[in-house]
Amino acid sequence: MNKTGLWRMLCAALAGLTVLQATAAAADDTVDPLASVRWAQMRAQFTGADPLVFDERVRVIAPEVAENPLQVPVTVDASALPGIEEVVVFADFNPIEQVLRYYPSEVPAYLGFRLKLQQSSPVRAAARTRDGRWHVGGAWVNTVGGGCTAPTGGAAEAGWATHLNEVQGRLWSSGPQAGRLRLRILHPMDTGLIAGTPAFHLDELRFSTPDGRLLMRVQTYEPVATNPVFTLQPGLAEQGIVVEGRDNNGNRLQQRITP
Amino acid sequence: MKPWLACLFLLITLTARGESGDYALQAQQVAPDVYVFVGRTEDFSLANGGNIVNTGFIVGTDGLVVIDSGPSLRYGQAMRQAMAAISPLPVVLVINTHHHPDHFLGNQAFERAHLAALPGTIEGIAQDGNAFAENLFRLTGDWMKGTEVVVPSQVLAPGALSVAGRRLQLQALSGHTGTDLAVYDEKSGVLFTGDLVFNQRAPTTPHADMAQWLTALTTLTAWTRQAGFSRLVPGHGPVAMDAAPIVATRAWLQWLQATMRDAARAGLDMTELLARPLPAEFATLPVAASEYRRSVSHLFPAAEQAVLEAGH
Repeated sequence: MNKTGLWRMLCAALAGLTVLQATAAAADDTVDPLASVRWAQMRAQFTGADPLVFDERVRVIAPEVAENPLQVPVTVDASALPGIEEVVVFADFNPIEQVLRYYPSEVPAYLGFRLKLQQSSPVRAAARTRDGRWHVGGAWVNTVGGGCTAPTGGAAEAGWATHLNEVQGRLWSSGPQAGRLRLRILHPMDTGLIAGTPAFHLDELRFSTPDGRLLMRVQTYEPVATNPVFTLQPGLAEQGIVVEGRDNNGNRLQQRITP
Repeated sequence: MKPWLACLFLLITLTARGESGDYALQAQQVAPDVYVFVGRTEDFSLANGGNIVNTGFIVGTDGLVVIDSGPSLRYGQAMRQAMAAISPLPVVLVINTHHHPDHFLGNQAFERAHLAALPGTIEGIAQDGNAFAENLFRLTGDWMKGTEVVVPSQVLAPGALSVAGRRLQLQALSGHTGTDLAVYDEKSGVLFTGDLVFNQRAPTTPHADMAQWLTALTTLTAWTRQAGFSRLVPGHGPVAMDAAPIVATRAWLQWLQATMRDAARAGLDMTELLARPLPAEFATLPVAASEYRRSVSHLFPAAEQAVLEAGH
């Protein structure tokens, strides 16, 4: 074996060792399994001094490589963890780290969405259970960058204003995805990080039954992608689901989505 | 020194030394007076310097006609060197088949007056060329040193073109990008398809219109049925003697199209679609996994939008 080959082998072995160490430490609340240099800061910012545990029941499903940093698809599925009151999603290396928060009341703690990533970063979900403990999961997403400080194309798109806050959605009542809701909301979701384009984004979405029972509330922030798409698992709802929302300029939306 | 630090240095040295240097282009003769530089069926990388594309040239009676110029200035220069070893004739025309960076960033190695493309391609290079070049700098590093975008000055029109004592048939198509050009050399019967056809490599779809692409493949199939047809030179992958790469490209595109549509109708999220394994038919195709992932990102949003807009 030549010298280079030997070195490569050594490097691979070392990399393997690092992974082993990380795995062994996964239950420890101080060692970040994603080995991000910003973890301590993220923890202080989002969970403060609250008790915290890295928990595999909080699944963050995202592509290892994001082809389009302006539309990175992420699914947070914490439905295996009982007693969740709040889930906060954040990306360590985004200029605006906080992506969204959701509060499942009577539905699984499941939410699919898309976000803008400025550079490669862990994307994490921290779920707070009734006992005040945070359960954290996450995944690294690699990108060639440009998601947050590149123009979204949203407000630049001709005619966006006439379609602002339009909701397109579908509720599946049969088939393998029965009980699933998917919707797309037309909104520029401008981050405010581009000179001359102020922050303009959806603030809050509320999903309820037509008789007014709140199922889930979602607070959305700047990094959520333009014309965002969401996936929820509200379960079978013959009467449909009502989505209401507003953006940071006070524009409101309301739509009932029926199967 | 700490071992990990040594590893890091080693990595930097390897990268800086660039494994970059000579493209070592070998012209493959595919017909009398027609040559192709066959690239690797890989993704852009520091190791291959973007030599993942097929470029070619035709030796006419009084000059050389070049089809696509490769991913960098250095590649264009390497082409010229390899061509000079085969023929002393001057380059009289350089055709860019479409506006993707691996097909035009070698333009700088040639005289601007000789650079030619269809109007849509010229527009695309002028508009997106720099962004493409920046991206290739990120992906291939040093190999791109000194490379700048040179926009073709000659506007090509579809139809017959007499150049360097040859008659070329220029077929204007679209689907891989908004403007794709296929070139059929009447004398040799060689068909240059550009990136409308991939052979033994998964197709790329960043600017694809699937319906137009499938239509273009039908047109290209007709060219392979010309009496004098001898070889098909795909944009990527080995040169073929028949239309098999067209059939394979069509199969991939149709599968992608159906997969996107069915997944959107079934209510799948993009993350679920990304997590799906490739069917056995495509699993061993080079770069299939990464192109599938990229294609989901390019194509699924439109399929999903169609379903959500309809509401049921």
